[in-house]
Amino acid sequence: MRKAFNQELLKIAEKNPRVFMVLADIGYGEIEGFANAFPDRFINCGVAEQNMTGVACGVAMEGNIAITYSIANFPTLRCLEQVRNDVCYHNANVKIVIIGGGVAYGELGISHHSTEDIAIMRALPNMVVLVPCDMAEARAATHAMMVYNGPVYFRCGYKNEPDIHEGPIEFKIGGSLQVREGKTATVFFAGTVGINAKRAVDALAAEGVRCRLVSLHSIKPIDREAIVRASKETGGIVVVEEHNLSGGVGSAVAEVLMDEGCGHVPFRRVALPDVNVSKVGSQLWLRDQYGLGVNDIIEAVKRLKK
Amino acid sequence: MNQKQEKKCRELAKKVRIHCLQMVHKGKSGHIGSMLSMADILPVIFTQLINIDPKHPKKEDRDRFILSKGHGGAALLATMSELGFFPMDWLDTYYQDNGKLSGHISHHIPGVEFSTGSLGHGLPVACGMALAAKQAGKKHKIYCMVSDGDLNEGSSWEAIMLAGQHKWDNLVMLVDYNRLQALGSSPDIIDLEPLAPKLEMFGWASKEADGHDQNAIFDAVKSLQPGKPNAIIFRTVKGKGVSFMENNYKWHYGGLTDELLAKALKEVEAAQ
Repeated sequence: MRKAFNQELLKIAEKNPRVFMVLADIGYGEIEGFANAFPDRFINCGVAEQNMTGVACGVAMEGNIAITYSIANFPTLRCLEQVRNDVCYHNANVKIVIIGGGVAYGELGISHHSTEDIAIMRALPNMVVLVPCDMAEARAATHAMMVYNGPVYFRCGYKNEPDIHEGPIEFKIGGSLQVREGKTATVFFAGTVGINAKRAVDALAAEGVRCRLVSLHSIKPIDREAIVRASKETGGIVVVEEHNLSGGVGSAVAEVLMDEGCGHVPFRRVALPDVNVSKVGSQLWLRDQYGLGVNDIIEAVKRLKK
Repeated sequence: MNQKQEKKCRELAKKVRIHCLQMVHKGKSGHIGSMLSMADILPVIFTQLINIDPKHPKKEDRDRFILSKGHGGAALLATMSELGFFPMDWLDTYYQDNGKLSGHISHHIPGVEFSTGSLGHGLPVACGMALAAKQAGKKHKIYCMVSDGDLNEGSSWEAIMLAGQHKWDNLVMLVDYNRLQALGSSPDIIDLEPLAPKLEMFGWASKEADGHDQNAIFDAVKSLQPGKPNAIIFRTVKGKGVSFMENNYKWHYGGLTDELLAKALKEVEAAQ
């Protein structure tokens, strides 16, 4: 997915002379296209994320679009106060792109897991939070993000993620995208873990249990209407995310349900438990280990309280 | 700077000091020492050195001024209000409920380039503005005023290294170097010395000047070295102009009673 992002960004930067990349020495093998094509709009700040974010903000304050880009928590938590005070308070046109959302960098360990980011980023005023699930969404989200004027957090995947959508999509910030239709329940998901949600929904369909499957790629603003509709038209809601249980996508959906008077709907979250993901293994293995496997999602749908 | 200009700066500095004392007293706030420390520098910068128009504070070719030591913001607000950036009566609302002016400097005020309050934020943003100006071929300068405490922050040094690396000669760091910080004397906490040679080793042009001598301030900022970012290290006195505050770190936070306000105003008003 990072390749898809970089390819689209390069295309955009070719047409828009106000696009800058502001890095902190991460991006080997991916960012060279931009760096070589636009050396005057590319800067490597060295391994210094606070400065990277401040520089990006200064660049953006001068009428440009600045991209910060790094692994997992480096451009978010390491420099959270710069994101909050500089970028969000000034509503600066900075796009914060992380590579390896969730546990995509599995074997690298806890420092490279981005598992609290959605909760933290969505709590910041002015911040838009996008979590694309596959290449099509990543490409579309890149364009949507660059057209939008203001701070955006883009939780990119890593590499070779399978497609979830099966045809052309219409990506809109604040929207969602339905993948399957069904009435038994709605399975909302965000991000690349959606492939497990899709497999679970397809396995349930084979048993005659038809669920609606929806990609909630936009966590903030969130598609309130799709959530309310799911609570009224289907028999329950399951939310799947590769993120700590606290404050992430499941929490965001639950907030909408309560706010809109739909709190009665059967509801379950499939998320990482509130622990440090300290087992060593690949993303796919870790998903199974920490309750994000296909069977975990099937179970969650079956155990929805009626 | 001719005598008339110098006099104008001195008179403005006196007004700034009076405003700050009154604002801090009315607001029952702190940081007066940090405000008085830079009260002579800001008038020289704003009336003699930078290109910024109070009537058109967003003009594209303006010089950018970022106050990284945002806790001393009242001194900047007082200076800007005296120069007509916004109505003087806004100063009465400093630190008040539904006030126009917050304790730390905010970009919601006309002419304030950037909001700060947490240290170590100004210089990175100034670097970004310097980069953007260079890329766009613009000639304006970016001034960033920092404090001792600001230079404790790692992010400031990240920015210092980057600016030196890229030789951004449109960037000017003004150091309000009063050698006191919140809990004591800077040399006892984090000794920045030798600061000027340190900055030079990081690729900056660096010089020291008396931060309470209008001509010295003017001359130091007027003669910048090309091809490098420039640092002017102003030797200043925290609480300058009020004898019981001078060089006493307790006036980083200290509040003003009615009696102390009267005493302080008397001293400031009597000064030449």
